[in-house]
Amino acid sequence: MSIRERLSGNEAIATAMRQVCADVMPAYPITPSTELPQYFSSFVANGETDTIFVPVESEHSAMSACIGSEAAGARTMSATSSCGLAFMWEMLYVAASNRLPIALAVVNRALSGPININCDHSDAMGARDAGWIQIFAETNQEAYDNFVQAYRIAEHPDVKLPIMICQDGFITSHGVQNIELLEDDVVKNFVGEYYPESWLLNPEHPEAVGPYTNPPYYMEAKYGQLQGLINAKKVALEVAKEFKEISGREYGLFEEYRMEDADYVMVMMGSAAGTCKDTVDMLREEGIKAGLLKIRMFRPFPGEEIAEALKGAKVIACMDRTESYNSQDGPIGADVKAALFNAGMAPKVLNYVYGLAGRDVTVESLASVFEDMKTVDETGEIGDTYRYLDLRG
Amino acid sequence: MKQLTEIRWHGRGGQGAKTAALLLADVAFSTGMYVQGFPEYGPERMGAPITAYNRLSDQEVRVHSNIYYPDYVVVVDETLLESVDVTAGLKKEGAIIVNTPKSADEIRPLLKGYEGKVVTVDARKISVEALGRYFPNSPMLAAVVKVSGIMDEQKFLDEMEASYKHKFAHKPQVIEGNMNALKMTFAEVE
Amino acid sequence: MKTDIKTQHEGVKWQDLSPGCVINGGGTAKEFNTGEWRVDTPVFIEDKCKQCLLCVPVCPDSSIPVVDGKRLDFDYDHCKGCGICVAACPFDAIEMRKGE
Repeated sequence: MSIRERLSGNEAIATAMRQVCADVMPAYPITPSTELPQYFSSFVANGETDTIFVPVESEHSAMSACIGSEAAGARTMSATSSCGLAFMWEMLYVAASNRLPIALAVVNRALSGPININCDHSDAMGARDAGWIQIFAETNQEAYDNFVQAYRIAEHPDVKLPIMICQDGFITSHGVQNIELLEDDVVKNFVGEYYPESWLLNPEHPEAVGPYTNPPYYMEAKYGQLQGLINAKKVALEVAKEFKEISGREYGLFEEYRMEDADYVMVMMGSAAGTCKDTVDMLREEGIKAGLLKIRMFRPFPGEEIAEALKGAKVIACMDRTESYNSQDGPIGADVKAALFNAGMAPKVLNYVYGLAGRDVTVESLASVFEDMKTVDETGEIGDTYRYLDLRG
Repeated sequence: MKQLTEIRWHGRGGQGAKTAALLLADVAFSTGMYVQGFPEYGPERMGAPITAYNRLSDQEVRVHSNIYYPDYVVVVDETLLESVDVTAGLKKEGAIIVNTPKSADEIRPLLKGYEGKVVTVDARKISVEALGRYFPNSPMLAAVVKVSGIMDEQKFLDEMEASYKHKFAHKPQVIEGNMNALKMTFAEVE
Repeated sequence: MKTDIKTQHEGVKWQDLSPGCVINGGGTAKEFNTGEWRVDTPVFIEDKCKQCLLCVPVCPDSSIPVVDGKRLDFDYDHCKGCGICVAACPFDAIEMRKGE
């Protein structure tokens, strides 16, 4: 049933975009997601899709057009990276507060500066408080699968929120690897048609979208958004179950790799998790009980579930591919530690900043983190809890 | 046991080393392998040294780092030998393949004491004879396939022919030349 | 589907707030009595009115109803008492009363 292929992550997402066949795609190109509007506009030119492609003059306009289009009742998607995502900032919050289930393919890249075009998660991490669902991928396969599942999660009546489908810039977006694609009609049937309850361009029932919200309403509106976001956990699991039926591939809120009896657990997301799996296997052969918890859904953060999964761990290393300047931890470190604290757990937790702006992440460097965890365990001395991996000096 | 072959390509921006790596991934994929093909990215700069990589395996490839201990190194432009440490980490059971009219004995002194196999290919001569123009990719691909033995040579030729037929559907006259370039390389490389 | 605007008041619980604060259905401004904001009140003096209707288009709140080509008395549920109609009237047919 599935189609064996070899594609880059961008080719994979572009294929998913064509198969999902949204109504409208407003987009503005930026490295390393430029290929997405590029491939997609060639699908349009070749008559391979009837999606309306809207070239706009900036990312702010791209997201504004997404909001207008989605509010009008059209299933809408876009793609961006880095400064492009930053330029959408204002409109990201509007999309979420208007409860518009837009799907945005984010190809993660460092947010300048110093200016740089390579991979880290600072763009998506900066947008983590915007009220969007955020899902991360280790491989081109996961990026594709996540995009196919995106609208089913975002459009669910209990959720109604926009969704970011993230993958690592260049590492997976431009790296060619094996992938299994689903057939066009299988994806089409899985995603289904979009029938919103109400829409702006319905002449029978005019409506007002995005009204000014006084203080007496604002907090209730935000709390409603939060409940929708929390519901996305349950919905994502239901959608994943159905997705497994058509693909054979399994997805959760996070993936546990050799966690059953792991003493030392690395928590991370994105492409480096693949490198970590090889590291874990290598260390297991040496008798070190290493494990990996790979986060797939970062927003909403599955805190309770992660704390439960970390119950057996002696030392945990949270790996952040961004710097958030609170001087004690990164976003994953902060969220994991909060989850542990709320669960009444107090294991030793190290937090590493790694792989900024495309700094290569090797099996050897990840192995050194497990070595550090082992040292902390054996000596009982935790030392500096906030560290930079492979930093010179 | 996992059979993994790691290849590092050195070239200059615009010479097609990245394309060659992606082509090798393509053809290895067609023979049923798990593949990775990726360049080391930076701002596009014509003429600047660039690196591209291949991982080819009989099992799923999960690691996403660059390659530091390659089995094979392919140097598409011999002028890089002076400025880039092309044999860095290269396994001595492996080989380095250099595009040059010189012999392996003439090249070895430039390789900082590398003890493994050195193979030279005169891709310019082969390409000009077979195609009438200089496109180093086809000879370099054939050379790496022959030297590494990662796939059956006839299977490689069949897959390449299919790929050329698809790629050059609008100018079929170049297909034969490219195929000749591959075959001539197989005959010349030891 | 239509939002019952009367449910969307300052005491609304989060569960009852329209998702995304979307207001379904048009003309809901009618149900919001902006007349409560009025400090000064315009009074229509019908005897002086020539039915020129110059006051009608300048009213920002559409609070001067017109039926069969003739204006009627003010819609005090929505008139905010801005006084623009007074300035527009050439016949002194509208008078502003302070604080009523």
